[in-house]
Amino acid sequence: MKYKSQKIAYYFFGLSMLLLTLQIVYGFIMGFAHMGYDGLHGLIPFNTASAVHKNLLVVWILSGFMGSAYYIIPEEAEREIISPKLAMLQFWALAIVGVIAIAGFHVGWWEGRKFLEIPRELDFLVAIDVVGFILLILLTLLKGKKQTTTAWVLTMGLAAAGLLYLPGMIFFDNLSMDSFFRWWVVHLWVEGVWELIMGGILAFLLIKLTGVDREIIEKWLYLIVGLTFLSGILGTGHHYYFTGVPEYWLLIGGIFSALEPLAFLGMTIFALQMYRKGNKKHPNKLAVTWTLSTAIVSFLGAGLLGLAHTLPQVNLHTHGTLITASHGHLAFWGAYGSLVFAMISYAMPQMTGRKIYDNRTGHLAYWLSNIGMLGMSISFAVAGIVQVYIERLSGKDFMIAANATKPHFFVLIICATLFSIGITYFIINFIKFGLPTDEALRTDDDYEALNN
Amino acid sequence: MLTKKQAKIFFLGGTLLFALIFLGLSYDTVVSGLPANTHPENITEEVLLGRTIWDDKNCMGCHTIMGEGAYYAPELTKVYDRRGPDYIKAAVNFKNGGWAPNGRHMVEYNFTDKEAEGLVAFFKWVGEMNLNGFPAEPTIK
Ligand code: HEM
Ligand code: HEM
Ligand SMILES: [Fe+2]
Repeated sequence: MKYKSQKIAYYFFGLSMLLLTLQIVYGFIMGFAHMGYDGLHGLIPFNTASAVHKNLLVVWILSGFMGSAYYIIPEEAEREIISPKLAMLQFWALAIVGVIAIAGFHVGWWEGRKFLEIPRELDFLVAIDVVGFILLILLTLLKGKKQTTTAWVLTMGLAAAGLLYLPGMIFFDNLSMDSFFRWWVVHLWVEGVWELIMGGILAFLLIKLTGVDREIIEKWLYLIVGLTFLSGILGTGHHYYFTGVPEYWLLIGGIFSALEPLAFLGMTIFALQMYRKGNKKHPNKLAVTWTLSTAIVSFLGAGLLGLAHTLPQVNLHTHGTLITASHGHLAFWGAYGSLVFAMISYAMPQMTGRKIYDNRTGHLAYWLSNIGMLGMSISFAVAGIVQVYIERLSGKDFMIAANATKPHFFVLIICATLFSIGITYFIINFIKFGLPTDEALRTDDDYEALNN
Repeated sequence: MLTKKQAKIFFLGGTLLFALIFLGLSYDTVVSGLPANTHPENITEEVLLGRTIWDDKNCMGCHTIMGEGAYYAPELTKVYDRRGPDYIKAAVNFKNGGWAPNGRHMVEYNFTDKEAEGLVAFFKWVGEMNLNGFPAEPTIK
């Protein structure tokens, strides 16, 4: 760690871990409900659990991104955050609005709009908080000694993500129109600007962990985010196919979304190549593992599982089934969950001075969570195939399909348990690091880390 | 090989180009294509009431409509054709803790008659949209 204000990242990472834990609890509630055990229905009906699960996901990932930015931007721009006090205020505002939103979901204070269930009144507070965050980051960057490509890509990604939240706040009488603009948020986030954030964070991590020349890494970065937008913007069409839009979206959405995996493949090749080329091997094995894993599992979950159902001929039958949930889990986990984990694994030793680089707990966390999530994704996929066959292809009642998928949800719960044990180990390490401290401030720490 | 500058131009140029195409297509969809397929002229007060309830109660947290939502409860795009108005009204207002077919629980809503009619009208309106062939006819007999 080079600057005191980088420590702010710690609070965002802590919040992230807390919300992830809660997200998992609600995941179990839904998993059991699918198996036929919905004893909590009176207290937490499925739609409450589902809104909580999806929003906690979005917020813990965003909190992880914000923490990453507070860590990366000072280091790249070579100066302290312009106002650490305001940054902490921004942190508390995020945490408080988050808690209110989640509590509200339990008493029906929400909007029925998947992933964006936060009610409009609160949306404004979220928007103000995000604008504050973006200003802090942007001004720090502008006033810094350097404006690197990595820092710009990350900052632009964050700013665009904030801007894209706005179309999701408009209300339309026409459900179809509502859905049209909801995808401007959800799709253009995960298959657009969040990939910029991902590219920026990965580039930073690779520069630190492999020692490859910045110029080479940043050239790749441009190419990858170029591919992202080339395919991802028009790829939005894969959510439009069957929602009341003109037919040309089938062709356009089909072609361009089928190209989207290229950007993820780009990230995979990029990370693996840089790792192979790198002359310095950073001793932080856990951070290296999570970084490479992000580049690989995102391709599996987003690229391959996305491609599997993105053509309109296939999507006609799989649209809105458990197949979608299979892809949704591995994509979010592989791309954005793992990315936050990689950043935490890298930054925590720097902020606390405790070198947990290569311990057993950390490796167990990695393997259990990834094997668990892969198993969950496979369980959802098998359940999805059963559902498509029974409900969509054979035209039988939904409930017949639902009963047939109960065994798959049993397997899902087992895999989810493995996943949760992995996450528990990760959090144990997180707690072991202790609090960040100014004693961890060393200007030459990277050099030192590389040479011990 | 490509220089960093060329890579940057590829990124900025590509993004601008495809963002413009996307905005153009979106404009066309919003002003003409989407209205032609979704009959906004049929969105009466009643339909709007149903639409508002759909939103307020987060029905999408269990069901899908136009294939969007959660996968705990049935797809509802064609529910008006499949079940008819009386069935729909009975389902949303089931007493004694709500409807629970096959052990899956729905919330007990106790809607007024007017609200229940609104939901029915909303489902009828959704069912009449042109959704490019969704949901598909079953192919296996
Ligand atoms: C990290 C990147 C990605 C994430 C986090 C992600 C996540 C998701 C999620 C959560 C959904 C469900 C949305 C909903 O129905 O509300 C979804 C749907 C979908 N995704 Fe992705 N996705 C990613 C990348 C991709 C890519 C690259 C492709 C294509 C190659 C793709 C293809 C699809 C398709 C076709 C659907 C619609 C499924 C349906 O019709 O029900 N996704 N994705
Ligand atoms: C123990 C852990 C978990 C369990 C048991 C679990 C279970 C579930 C269940 C049952 C659903 C609802 C499917 C439906 O609509 O009926 C769901 C939705 C979802 N979960 Fe999880 N989940 C877990 C962890 C996670 C994690 C870690 C992530 C992200 C990294 C995640 C992302 C999602 C997403 C994106 C959806 C919406 C999917 C869609 O509608 O297509 N879940 N989860
Ligand atoms: Fe998408």
